[in-house]
Amino acid sequence: MEPLPILTYPDERLKTVCEPVEQFDPELREFAEHLQHTADLGPSAVGIAAPQVGRMQRLCLVDATRAKRPVDNNGPLVLVNPAITNWKGFAVGREGCLSIPDYTGKVIRAETIELTAQDIEGRTVTFKMKGFEARIAQHEIDHLDGILFLDRLVSRHADLRER
Amino acid sequence: MTQPWLLLTLVGADRPGIVAHVTRVLFGVGAELGETAMMRLGNQFAIMMMVRGAGNPEEVAGLLESTRADFGLKLHVDEIDAALHQHREPDVSVIVHSADRSGIVSEVTAALLEAGMNILDLRSDVGGSSDKPIYIMQIDGESSQGIEPIEQCVARFADQGLTVRVTPLETMRG
Repeated sequence: MEPLPILTYPDERLKTVCEPVEQFDPELREFAEHLQHTADLGPSAVGIAAPQVGRMQRLCLVDATRAKRPVDNNGPLVLVNPAITNWKGFAVGREGCLSIPDYTGKVIRAETIELTAQDIEGRTVTFKMKGFEARIAQHEIDHLDGILFLDRLVSRHADLRER
Repeated sequence: MTQPWLLLTLVGADRPGIVAHVTRVLFGVGAELGETAMMRLGNQFAIMMMVRGAGNPEEVAGLLESTRADFGLKLHVDEIDAALHQHREPDVSVIVHSADRSGIVSEVTAALLEAGMNILDLRSDVGGSSDKPIYIMQIDGESSQGIEPIEQCVARFADQGLTVRVTPLETMRG
């Protein structure tokens, strides 16, 4: 299976708000698998969002099991139509993006979040996330709203609390 | 053939407009800017800029002579073996603070070197009051042997009144 081509900044599609997924069918499952395969081939990616490969729908993958150091996680996740319902605390962390090669920067994210989404079959799921996994989910959900980590950069000397 | 990168260093009393004036001159002759870093140290302005396409070091110094003189700056230009897209990511942060005394940077960085840490970014500052200064240092780097040797190596500083915090960093990429 060939990886899907990844859009790179400043492609306008990366700044576009995505449409909700309404049809849960084999084609969607196949796309999620193809997206996962694409992330697998990227440089140590722990998440990827559908618009990064030009599919302007609210679907993303979050996988904190791929962190270099073990972190609390909910396992590899396919999140469809995700929405953050609660968030608490703040932490500074360094982020990079498959769509923005060769640049990393500091971003402030909520330390813990709760989110609701649908799985690949359309069933409602909820998760509590903290730290690194919460950061991945916030980064990916931002993609679904056309927001890049560049839009959230803080001073390179910011140091609220490194994770 | 592409001209080599030059590293342009400007220092002097801080005044509004230095960066705008310098870059206007460089842009005016078609120069390309690479990575730059500006800071204020001890109430003085300092900037380092990667520049190319504006001639050799002597020619660039000549172009900026008027601006340099107007702002009372010191200018230094070197040809360097540099390239863009060479970023490296830190995986460990070390933060040190204590009452100010001589030798802190030397002792801590020697310990970090011994523990296999390569420093990628360092900032230090003196705060507190004139009669009771405190020293704060923030270092980001690469830990070639993992974080444990670094933690063990800096533990000795607790006996010397230094607080040293070692934190693993991981860049989230998605």
